[in-house]
Amino acid sequence: MLYYLAKRIFMILPMLLGITIITFIVIHLAPGSPTDAITELNPRASAQARENLKRIYGLDKPLHIQYIDWVRRLTIMDLGNSFTDGRPVLKKILESLPITILINALSLGLIIIVAVPIGIISATRQYSLFDKTTTVLVFVGFAMPTFWLALLLIIFFGVYLGWLPISGIQSMHAEQLPFWELFWDRASHLILPVFVSSFGGLAAYSRYMRSSMLEVIRQDYIRTARAKGLPENSVIYKHALRNALMSTITILGLAIPGLIGGSAIFEQIFAIPGMGKLFLDATWARDYPVVMGILVMGAFLTLLGNLVADMSYAVVDPRIRVEETG
Amino acid sequence: MRSSESYSHIVFRRFRRNKLAVTGTIIILLLFGIALSAPLISRYDPARIDVDNILAPPNVQHWMGTDETGRDVMSRMIYGARISMLVGFVAVGIATLIGIFFGAIAGYYGGRVDAVIMRFVDIMLCFPTFFLILAVIAVLEPSLWNIMFIIGITGWMGVARLVRAEFLALKEQEFVQAAHAFGASDLRIIFRHLLPNAMAPVLISATFGIAGAILTESALSFFGLGVQPPTPSWGNILSSGYKYIDFAHWLSIFPGLGILITALGYNLLGEGLRDALDPRLKGS
Repeated sequence: MLYYLAKRIFMILPMLLGITIITFIVIHLAPGSPTDAITELNPRASAQARENLKRIYGLDKPLHIQYIDWVRRLTIMDLGNSFTDGRPVLKKILESLPITILINALSLGLIIIVAVPIGIISATRQYSLFDKTTTVLVFVGFAMPTFWLALLLIIFFGVYLGWLPISGIQSMHAEQLPFWELFWDRASHLILPVFVSSFGGLAAYSRYMRSSMLEVIRQDYIRTARAKGLPENSVIYKHALRNALMSTITILGLAIPGLIGGSAIFEQIFAIPGMGKLFLDATWARDYPVVMGILVMGAFLTLLGNLVADMSYAVVDPRIRVEETG
Repeated sequence: MRSSESYSHIVFRRFRRNKLAVTGTIIILLLFGIALSAPLISRYDPARIDVDNILAPPNVQHWMGTDETGRDVMSRMIYGARISMLVGFVAVGIATLIGIFFGAIAGYYGGRVDAVIMRFVDIMLCFPTFFLILAVIAVLEPSLWNIMFIIGITGWMGVARLVRAEFLALKEQEFVQAAHAFGASDLRIIFRHLLPNAMAPVLISATFGIAGAILTESALSFFGLGVQPPTPSWGNILSSGYKYIDFAHWLSIFPGLGILITALGYNLLGEGLRDALDPRLKGS
């Protein structure tokens, strides 16, 4: 197990290098130079001022030198300063990251809690009314524009019913509330964003769980379990479920980039000060240091998520460990 | 089953029997009809401003109401269909071509070339796609053509993996080895023998990809980073819907429904194609 872990972590290094190269190339696709973003707002910025800026950001050097400088600073976690307010990019990201991770973790939890039972019931009662209804819902889930879903929920729960808050992460002066009220205040702000962010994943994961389960219950060992007279519940929940879950863990890891990417959408709509909103704001402002920083950070989080998924896969499936070490 | 029946005939018969697939096809054909005949069927010029009719709710003159400058929402929806249809096809076309190119080279030549290309694919897949798209938009100007290009160059990795897997399986088969023995060139083997046999999964994934591209474009246009006003697209109609969400819900509801139905149509078609082309995968 330790050997497997070490090998996987070692393989991350070349991936990280690749991530930095692609990020660097993307940002330098620009026909102009990044300093235009700062100076274009100010028509009086002289050629001299532009040159000074270029020197500060090292833009007068050849590209490969710029890249090496940038990676060197990355290794000491120096992501540069934001163009818009001059604050360190790392600080801005670290401030916005916790809420994004919280919402994504809650969404992931919700996806598992809801999609696994749906998948099991759909598979064990294939073509039943329940199965057909969820199949239709799954199709709608795949085709749903998440930002539209967010708008509909705002119209219904926020404007029409007035039940749930529709923006921010807490009410004004919420800090003065007693603990449980503060807890509810924050939780109620999270309900709509978490629901929106998990919607697509719910559809995909319950569908995947269903087909994984269908595949497993056709296996010989399930027939054996039935043949030796085990009650149906025990066959499904002890023998089949464990095996069906295994292959779905990897899929859950693959869902992470989608969740992180989607956070830009719902964080903007619900005015949540997370990494997604920071990124979207930086895109509008052409704040390249922030864009580069978050791009690297998002890819790094995905790598990490996949590593965790692979690890848990190795934990539940002993065959992986044996194969990899043998 | 009659043994004389051709493969395409079997596929067509299976497809026709699938109610969902037929529904999807009808939806898409209808949308194409609307997009192509937009000037004929829209009752108003989608750019005509009418200050006397600002934010009018749906009524007899304006079936889907008007927007904040009094423009007819239904006409804008009809013209917006053009954008969605175009974006879906062009973006996925670009992605599919790039994916086939890399996947074919990796699968056919194998070895070090394969290793390099597939590591590149792995790295590209680490980036949350929506973030990658936003980053490229931050660098390039948001416009219709740039959006299609960007969605294309950030969405080819799945196709590359599919084509590579098909090529790896196909190239060991006898008919390919026979072609080698006859002295066929690499290009001829790739294009005449391997690619046609690998097209089924590519076609299926492209169909699902169109739905995804349409959803992405609408989200970008919603945030003002996609198709720029005054060109109407369903996404940018929705962004005025967001501004007037408190009282003008028709600006939010109709464009969203349009996007949902279009994406649904392509997904149903994709599902139908999968069942018809490859019955082994049925229900997965």
